[in-house]
Amino acid sequence: MRLFLIVTLNGLTLAALYFLAASGFSLIFGLMRTVNMAHGALLLLGGYVGYDVVELTGSWMLGIACGGLAAALAGAAVQAGILGWMQGDELRQTLASIAISIVLADLMLWYWGGITYQVSLPDILSGGQKLPLLGVGYANIRLALMAFAVVVGVMLWFLIQRTRFGAVIRAGVDDQDMLRALGFPIGRIFIAVFALGSALAGMAGVIAASALSISPGTDLQFLLSSLVVVIVGGMGSIGGAALGALLVGLAEQYGLAYAPTYGVVFTFGIMVLILAVRPQGLMGRSEQ
Amino acid sequence: MKAGFLALPLIALPFVLNDFWLTQIATRALILGITALSLSFLATYLGVVSFAQITLAGIAGYTIAYFGPNTVGVGIKLPFWVSIPAALLFSVTAGALIGYIARRSRGIYAIMITLAIGVAFFYFTRQNYAVFNGWTGFSGITAPVVAGTSLRDPSTLYFLSLATAAIAVVLVSLFARAPLGLAIQAVRDAPSRVMALGIPVTTPVVAAFAFSGLIAGGGGILNVWYQERISSFSVGLGPIIDVLIIAVIGGLRHPLGAFLGAIVFVLLDTFAVDLIDRDRFNTLIGMVLLIIVMVAPNGLQQLAADAVAKLRAKEHQSGKSARIKTNT
Repeated sequence: MRLFLIVTLNGLTLAALYFLAASGFSLIFGLMRTVNMAHGALLLLGGYVGYDVVELTGSWMLGIACGGLAAALAGAAVQAGILGWMQGDELRQTLASIAISIVLADLMLWYWGGITYQVSLPDILSGGQKLPLLGVGYANIRLALMAFAVVVGVMLWFLIQRTRFGAVIRAGVDDQDMLRALGFPIGRIFIAVFALGSALAGMAGVIAASALSISPGTDLQFLLSSLVVVIVGGMGSIGGAALGALLVGLAEQYGLAYAPTYGVVFTFGIMVLILAVRPQGLMGRSEQ
Repeated sequence: MKAGFLALPLIALPFVLNDFWLTQIATRALILGITALSLSFLATYLGVVSFAQITLAGIAGYTIAYFGPNTVGVGIKLPFWVSIPAALLFSVTAGALIGYIARRSRGIYAIMITLAIGVAFFYFTRQNYAVFNGWTGFSGITAPVVAGTSLRDPSTLYFLSLATAAIAVVLVSLFARAPLGLAIQAVRDAPSRVMALGIPVTTPVVAAFAFSGLIAGGGGILNVWYQERISSFSVGLGPIIDVLIIAVIGGLRHPLGAFLGAIVFVLLDTFAVDLIDRDRFNTLIGMVLLIIVMVAPNGLQQLAADAVAKLRAKEHQSGKSARIKTNT
């Protein structure tokens, strides 16, 4: 029972991290139909920058903000400079973003080296908490991570459902041509949404560097998990990203704990099953 | 006529090149080209970019390793005339299975699903020791000896790869013209109309993937003889991306593009050390890929074809004007 609780908590932690990474990925896809294969590289970039800022200033919050900002700037540059002018050609965008991720990953390896980084935590977040009711101890940072994911999820929901900017995004998802015809600067909206999605990735990177650790390879790990999460949950849906992240995170941790050899295959099994029943993902809308 | 022009210098290569150029450049490019061909076949005729082709090649390679002589003591030794068909059978079956999983997915969805399958296979080979020998994989694999010569001999392996590549190219062009191949292209262009005609969409998609499994399997067998080892790294993300880069650089619109891309890739891979720092190869190849995608989305094959067409047009024109001059 104790093991089960700990594994469940670990699964939820992982799910929270996956949600942070996948929500940005899904947001970008939902509006622009762009599969941003450089998402993992942007996440790692955010993580590295966040680490440097925390080391320099000692402020964890500033580290998160700067990590998000760095990824947002890089993401905006990618959309404005490269992906933006092949809009509509999805395959070409995918290939270009793969090229960008290869170059970015290599340059980051050059600058930050192949070492593993872990962000040092502020005092309130280090140490653990004896959880009431459940009776198990758990690390503060992981609890904070779950809370952070919930807050980000609610804020995203609010932004998309309740604000004018969100209304523009939703309109763009439904009918891009009409939005353009109404005189909205679609190019700039795309850049803004790309920056927003990348900022989410960057913040996720700093948090991953705090709760776990980051090193070369983290980019691919999160890119792949984001892919699986959005395939399971449905592309372009924030709710789907949350649901997919929960399923994948929990499956991965239960798999690790109860069937250690084939934990990964577990996740994959879920994906195949969902593809067989609902190719557009659990909460995704059908393409046609 | 045209094929002869291409074939003659290729057949003459072993008599001109030294072992380094023959094995490290020519043979390697051919083997990579065959695997990339299986990708560009799917891209051209089914309109699906598959990231699982290295997985299919790997399945064939692992079969050869498992049923052949190796130095890790895993597997059962079988004669090569059993293990080679078995390897191809497995890669075709795996291709059909992947096609069935991805049967309803198009475009980017297909990319994501095949990528996830490829990476899952990579993790699986790392975890499984009974068949795949885990992390370390197989080493000391020797190619079969036929009539006294090892197939790993530089010129023998070169001719074998060349023949396989030629057969693969011929098969692809035959397949594209066969009824099933036409059905595949119809599925690419208008799946709903194909369904309206009463042709099930699943069969052509599964067949296309199975056929790509055959080609990838051929490449995988040659590759395992060439490398003399196979491990989880041979089916990891690195090779997956390499084959994609090759296919894209060469051009996804024409089967021969794969070989063009493979030559460029192998030359860059071998001589990048003279251009830039060895460690920055990924930056170089990433930039090359980016430039190709931005400037020539149909790859080098299209660039070459355009250049040839332009030259012909010019020749034609100058010939015409010359004639006009003589007339007056």
